[in-house]
Amino acid sequence: MISFEHYLLLSTIIFGIGLYGILARKNAVAVLMSLELMLNAVNINFIAINKFVITGGVTGQLFAIFVIVVAAAEVAVGLALIISIFRQKKSVNLNDFNLLKW
Amino acid sequence: MFVWSIQHAWLIALLPFVAFALIGLFSHKWPKISAYLSIAAIFVSFLMATIIAGGTFLAGEAINYEVAVKWINMPGLQVDMGILIDGLTAVMLVVVTLVALLVQIYSLGYMDKDPGFASYYAYQSIFAGSMLGLVLANNFGQIFVFWELVGLASYLLIGFWFGRNSAREAAKKAFITNRVGDFGFLLGILFLQIIFGTLNFTGLAGEISSYANTGLLIVISLLLLAGPIGKSAQFPLHVWLPDAMEGPTPVSALIHAATMVAAGVYLIARALFIFSATPEAMIVIALVGGFTALFAATIAIVQNDIKRILAYSTLSQLGYMVMAMGIGAMTAGIFHLMTHAFFKALLFLGAGAVIYALQDEQDIWKMGNLNKSMPITTWTFVIGALALSGIPPLSGFWSKDEILLGAFAGGYTGLYILGTLVAFITAFYMFRLIFVAFFGKNQGGVKAVEPPKTMTLPLIILAFMAIVAGFVGSPLANYRFADLVTYAGAVHYDPSLLVMVVSSLVAIAGICLAWLIYQKQAISAEEIKGKFSGLYKLLYNKYYIDELYHWLIKVFVDGTAKVLFWIDIYIVNGFINGLASLAGSMGRLLSYTGNGQVQTYALYMFAGIIIILAAILFGGLAILL
Repeated sequence: MISFEHYLLLSTIIFGIGLYGILARKNAVAVLMSLELMLNAVNINFIAINKFVITGGVTGQLFAIFVIVVAAAEVAVGLALIISIFRQKKSVNLNDFNLLKW
Repeated sequence: MFVWSIQHAWLIALLPFVAFALIGLFSHKWPKISAYLSIAAIFVSFLMATIIAGGTFLAGEAINYEVAVKWINMPGLQVDMGILIDGLTAVMLVVVTLVALLVQIYSLGYMDKDPGFASYYAYQSIFAGSMLGLVLANNFGQIFVFWELVGLASYLLIGFWFGRNSAREAAKKAFITNRVGDFGFLLGILFLQIIFGTLNFTGLAGEISSYANTGLLIVISLLLLAGPIGKSAQFPLHVWLPDAMEGPTPVSALIHAATMVAAGVYLIARALFIFSATPEAMIVIALVGGFTALFAATIAIVQNDIKRILAYSTLSQLGYMVMAMGIGAMTAGIFHLMTHAFFKALLFLGAGAVIYALQDEQDIWKMGNLNKSMPITTWTFVIGALALSGIPPLSGFWSKDEILLGAFAGGYTGLYILGTLVAFITAFYMFRLIFVAFFGKNQGGVKAVEPPKTMTLPLIILAFMAIVAGFVGSPLANYRFADLVTYAGAVHYDPSLLVMVVSSLVAIAGICLAWLIYQKQAISAEEIKGKFSGLYKLLYNKYYIDELYHWLIKVFVDGTAKVLFWIDIYIVNGFINGLASLAGSMGRLLSYTGNGQVQTYALYMFAGIIIILAAILFGGLAILL
């Protein structure tokens, strides 16, 4: 029997992997992919909580759909940004992207 | 007419101010209109002053008219503005308006081609108006306001030809030197206000007696005295007056006779009730005056600039007046102030006529033979010089005699001898000037001609006044002047034939000596100069007072400035710079956290979230609030 804790454990592991990817990977595309992992970890949580904690209704599912939509838009924007930066810098290595300072 | 004039006496001071405003606002583009406006204003003032003084004199009764309006009124501080007319004021009004009027008429000719003609008359108006306001004031606060206005006007007029460096320097010198005296004066006034709660003369006179002979009153007296010492150019603040010669000559006449230096003597007379309550202050006044009289007279012997000789002569005569105040002969001092105003204005205007005729030549050794080419100027000048020397029966004789009599009969033998000695020196240097400049050989090439009528007319009027003005206070008029211009603390002595004869004889002796040396040349001036070359140099350089002040300023003011500069650069500046560099280095340190790497920022973000989560989980929400 797969219990609520299992879902939480799974989502935590996926979230952790995603966090690691964001903080440690140097490839911008990989970072974007890690971000997706984190979002999906959150989606798992939403659905699990909808099933086990507040039973009945579809609020969790609804939010999961929202997150997927936003994530799709975000990926589009993010990839566009990466392409744009790539044209400037000829690189997707995040260490080369140091524009975000005064 | 008399009563109306007295009740509207404020108009006397107001009219010149109105003229000043009108010229400044509207008519400065039309020089002639400006001049006539100014002259008309002072002429009306003069008429009113004459009516007041003449009425008083004919009535033979002392007047005392005082009226005041509230100016500042709050708990603990009441300042009035008002006018006070008594014999002293009446005399001063006539002197100031008459001399100012004549000087302004004279300036029509003297300043004829000057580009600043209109503003010159505006300044003249404010000068006369300020002085009249000062004379009319009934309290110290008001006097101080007009006192400063007089200073301002003199600054503007001394520096009137501001294109010349020396004129600018002289104007600054006059202003700053006066500031020194005014500082003490203002402190004295503040003391009076704090202790007595009033600045009104009448009010103060009632209360001062309870403080007689206290140390506090001596301090106040000496502080108040600082004002007249600066304004009336007494030693040690006399240095500005000779330099004030840089202004146009009619201005010198005005400053020396009526509007500037007279203010100081007038103030001593007005505040005599304070000074006379402390014998120590009176002695200081007498000594300052006596010393200045001798000191300046000796300098005048060796000067070569016609205006400078007259300037030192003024210093010396002012010393006389102040000395008279100090020995309690206030009436004699004011009497001398009046007669001196007439003949000194005459002498300056005469000198101005000579300078005008000789195209700005001021060295007496380059003049000569003027008695033939400029008879009016010459003979009015001689009358002025005779009056100044104290030859009977001219005005200077009567007034100087009164002062000497005061010293003699009052038991101040030392001051009497000093005064007589100064009378001798005065006669000598004046006739040195006359014999060299007017009757000497013409050494310059310029042909002198008599100046226009606007300039000779004031000379003639003033010469007339220099002859007759003395009679009002002479035994011939039964000392009427002394009865009118007096109050408690002033003394009057019976005439002494001895004093009269001695002072006349020394004056004649001085003239004869000047004649022997400079006209007949029986005694060689060069030989004397050679024999006493050290003394000559000392006198010629005015006892090196200017150099001394220069040195003192250099040592003390510049020294202080250097110390302050050091403090500013190394302490104040160092502190501020240190603060700035501290902030800078902190910023540099923190800038390592903002390296532009998105991942670093993300790390901070998550770290922050974890810290917040940990705080909520283990410490409760309260830790955040």
